[in-house]
Amino acid sequence: MTLIAFIGILMAGGLLAWIIARWNETLSRWIALTVVLIDLMWSVAILVSRRPDFSGTDWLIRFDYPWIGRFGIGISVAADGLSLVLLILTFFLGAVSVVVSWREIRDRVGFFHFNLLWVLAGIAGVFVVIDLFLFYFFWEVMLIPMYFLIGTWGHENRRYAAVKFFIFTQASGLMMLLSILGLYFIHGINTGTYTFDYFELLTATVGTTAGRWLMLGFLAAFIVKLPVVPFHSWLPDAHSQAPTAGSVILAGLLLKTGAYGILRFVLPLFPDASRELASIAMTLGVAGILYGALLAYGQTDFKRLVAYTSVSHMGFVMLGIFSFNELAFQGVVMQLVAHGLSTGALFVIAGALYERIHTRDLSLMGGFWTGTPFIGFITLVFVMASLGLPGLANFIAEFLILNGAWQASHALTVAGAMGLILAMAYSLRIMRKIFFGPASDMASRMSDLTLREKVVLVPMTLLVIFLGLFPQHVFNASEKTVKDILGVVMRSQADAIQNANENP
Amino acid sequence: MNAVQYLWLVPLLPLLGAVLLIVAGRNMSKPIIASIGAGSVGLSALTVIVIGVAFLSNPDVYEISVWQWIAVGNLTPSIELHLDALSLMFIFVITFVGFLIHLYSVEFMGEDSGYARFFACLNLFVCSMLLLVLAGNLVLLYLGWEGVGLCSYLLIGFWYEDPKNGYAARKAFIITRVGDTAMLIGLFLLFATFNSLDIETILSAAPSRWEQGSSIATVAALLLLGGAAGKSAQLPLQNWLPDAMAGPTPVSALIHAATMVTAGVYLIARMNVLFELSPVAMTTVGVVGAVTLLIAGFSAMTQTDLKRVLAYSTISQIGYMFLALGVGAWSAAIFHFFTHAFFKALLFLGAGAIIEALHHEHNIFRMGGLRKQLPIVFITFLAGAASLAALPLVTSGFYSKDMILWYAWAGEKGSGLLFIAGLVGALVTALYTTRLVIVTFFGYANTRVSKRPGWRMTMPLGVLAALSVVVGFLEVPHNFWHAQLISGFLGGVLPAAVIDSGIEAYEWALQLLAAVVTLGGIFIGYFVYMATPGLHELVKKKFPTLHQLMYDGWGFDALYTLLFVKPVTWLARASRGDVIDGIYTGIAWVAIAANRAIATTQNGVMRWYVLGIVVGALLIITLGILV
Repeated sequence: MTLIAFIGILMAGGLLAWIIARWNETLSRWIALTVVLIDLMWSVAILVSRRPDFSGTDWLIRFDYPWIGRFGIGISVAADGLSLVLLILTFFLGAVSVVVSWREIRDRVGFFHFNLLWVLAGIAGVFVVIDLFLFYFFWEVMLIPMYFLIGTWGHENRRYAAVKFFIFTQASGLMMLLSILGLYFIHGINTGTYTFDYFELLTATVGTTAGRWLMLGFLAAFIVKLPVVPFHSWLPDAHSQAPTAGSVILAGLLLKTGAYGILRFVLPLFPDASRELASIAMTLGVAGILYGALLAYGQTDFKRLVAYTSVSHMGFVMLGIFSFNELAFQGVVMQLVAHGLSTGALFVIAGALYERIHTRDLSLMGGFWTGTPFIGFITLVFVMASLGLPGLANFIAEFLILNGAWQASHALTVAGAMGLILAMAYSLRIMRKIFFGPASDMASRMSDLTLREKVVLVPMTLLVIFLGLFPQHVFNASEKTVKDILGVVMRSQADAIQNANENP
Repeated sequence: MNAVQYLWLVPLLPLLGAVLLIVAGRNMSKPIIASIGAGSVGLSALTVIVIGVAFLSNPDVYEISVWQWIAVGNLTPSIELHLDALSLMFIFVITFVGFLIHLYSVEFMGEDSGYARFFACLNLFVCSMLLLVLAGNLVLLYLGWEGVGLCSYLLIGFWYEDPKNGYAARKAFIITRVGDTAMLIGLFLLFATFNSLDIETILSAAPSRWEQGSSIATVAALLLLGGAAGKSAQLPLQNWLPDAMAGPTPVSALIHAATMVTAGVYLIARMNVLFELSPVAMTTVGVVGAVTLLIAGFSAMTQTDLKRVLAYSTISQIGYMFLALGVGAWSAAIFHFFTHAFFKALLFLGAGAIIEALHHEHNIFRMGGLRKQLPIVFITFLAGAASLAALPLVTSGFYSKDMILWYAWAGEKGSGLLFIAGLVGALVTALYTTRLVIVTFFGYANTRVSKRPGWRMTMPLGVLAALSVVVGFLEVPHNFWHAQLISGFLGGVLPAAVIDSGIEAYEWALQLLAAVVTLGGIFIGYFVYMATPGLHELVKKKFPTLHQLMYDGWGFDALYTLLFVKPVTWLARASRGDVIDGIYTGIAWVAIAANRAIATTQNGVMRWYVLGIVVGALLIITLGILV
């Protein structure tokens, strides 16, 4: 029930915040914040109480309730270490989003918080639901409030960005729906039990060709979300046009649902097809690393630059997932958390700058360090995180991913590592354009971080350093999940080898 | 365990200093900042001395694990400190020279508004550098490795208002990152083979896992060499160091002369077993060192900026260390690192005092006559310069360079060419050093001295000058005296250099040759720059192209700009609008165009609709008849 409560609280809180805002907008903000903080503290409490052992049972928390029995749809939710880590990230960035919107959002405050909390509810749902029908439902729940967040409270080109975001994710989501239904019917015809239950479907026997097509349907939704080049082009528009909270959630959380989907559904459901696709997928990952980095280097819009760095960093995720080993998988988990924090923070900083100087154009900035060293220092930390400086969480992630990928493909690892050099170039460009150099006209309009901004950014900074030095807290939580998923893929490989030996 | 168990204090103290200054530095008065900044490193140096004494009475390898950092599969690096003779020498230099430079900076940076930021970065640097040399595994070493890179970036660009400084800072960080990436790939390769990144484990397993001369050992060693070349400013990644002089002078002394740039030497010495497995890699290291020492030495002869002369000289001297590593003279390389750290830090600090005294004048030809005006700086600078030029018998530089030359010639892995390169380098070194001293301190005083350094600047100069002379006697040639303390000390960690048999008797001849070459260089310098005024201008005019080439550091900057910087920036600019997005825009455009085209048929004119129906009906009938 805990997991249902997580989502239920968010949804109810969203409605309440909407209604209350008619009378008191500040109260609406406080309601939203309280709701997210309750979820955050609750989820952290679970993590702490379960430490250090996550291997005891299959799932830490599980809840099943038959809902529409005729179609085999159940309200089934479950959380393992991976889900729990991602849930905590969701609630943490959720709280960040509420706080950064405190001053930025003044228009239709109630509806804003309704959308914000419902997006969070959708994301939390995606991370815990294990009924495929319900999964698709939550996938959509993420989408529509996000569409409103971008389209209503975004920047100058918000309508275009929102529609583009909607079309990309909706079209790819529909392909996933087809695949879900395909899997449902194939399994139903084979066994006579029509069900959307994840565990039941894990046992489904699907023909090779059918498996490939079904996998592609799932993959379509996930690689658009992740995003993988060449399906990324919704992202720079959506990220740069969304309000700060929207950018934080998009970059910090929505992209993660893509990675989670591949890990949780694509690999276990279609291990054979996944293995076949591995080299292509890894190549696309590397292409994303390099292409994203190159484009990030060329941008003049700060938020757009950060958006392209996300493309690059998510390329590492793609590379890591399809390397199929424990190092790379744990690296991917860490990358999800680390990128959520570091990119989220960069968007918060972009928002803070925009609030002061009303532009995102890097060529108008410069020399801000003198007047606002605090923002400068915090930005420096996250810029260093983004270029993979050891001691910060992102390094752990990229080191493990590349180290794991090396065992799968030397050439692709070397190519991916080139992204580290490009990352240096675009990251230092941020510091140069904003903080260093002679003071620009904008410098006089700058003021250092307010208490509210510090409340958000200081914990994020500490967390990204903490995870760089003590990453094992995350790895312990996700170890079992990672090994289980890996086990499925390895078994499929072993079977394939055995088949090949038996039928030469 | 004895005092060594407090080893963790050594990097922790500077780290605490850095954290304190970052968090609260802006609200502190300058004396407090100075005492935290210099005090933390001073305490760290004291700790090192206590530990050093304990170590000497009981030399061993000490491992101190602080916590388990990562444990994923076989990858289980800890935050662990590893102390042996090699790392002890390094931490001694880092904390001791580091403290002197911090002390110097207290006065040198006294007027600067970024006082706290300066000391925070410098403390963080000392901490990272200590972690680098104390790391028990390669992941932690890499943390220190990148940490010093970050501090170097921040300190080169310390005066950030000037875009030129920022450019130099980025250049340093990015070029070294190229090397670092090679090294990182090397780590992956090592991990894939040994299932561990623990240095001890790798070194003890390597000889049994890899055959002598196997290509995989060569690849691994060369990848590590890539990292070392980047950090230590060796060919082909050497061109960032001269520009790095944009940073404050104490930074140049500490980071870009004494410590960080020798990290590559440390890495190769530390991983000596891997390099010994691959003759190709060893030769490459030696050749890289030899070529670098020559081209940098020639460049140093033509520079007019005091700090750039010293920068090229540093590249050249590290070239000597690489040469020594390449011929398997491990202890000689570390000995030269040791002496170089003192005399080059001294030269930089002296240069800082001069530049400060002359209103930030960098051009040596606008200096002159400083001998009388800055006597303390002159005497100490002279001690450092003599050591750099390897003035026979009385300077430490002589002993360490002589040791390298000896092994380059007599060593089993030595060769005639490497030896000649070293010898020519010695001539060049003596020549540019003499030039530097003469032009700066003798002759007509072109600029008046505006202020003289105080005790916090002259004291470090004095201490370093004394050391520049004295530390040479720790290791004198076999045929002089039985004092081989350095190689004896390092004997347990680094293999001894093997020399060809029967050659030992000629050691005195080589020493004589080296001494003659050095004195020759000094004489040429004297002849060109002092005895015959105007001669150097004449030489310069005679070979303008060659002079320009040397002055520009042999055109590496231009080459890399053409090969890498321009294409990447062009590509980034060209694809700024995201080519792939164009495809989707195209799809959208086609959809809209098709919509418009079809929408025109819905025009409300009855005869068009009737025509449509008729044409459609005819089509269907025709098809029906035909099929």
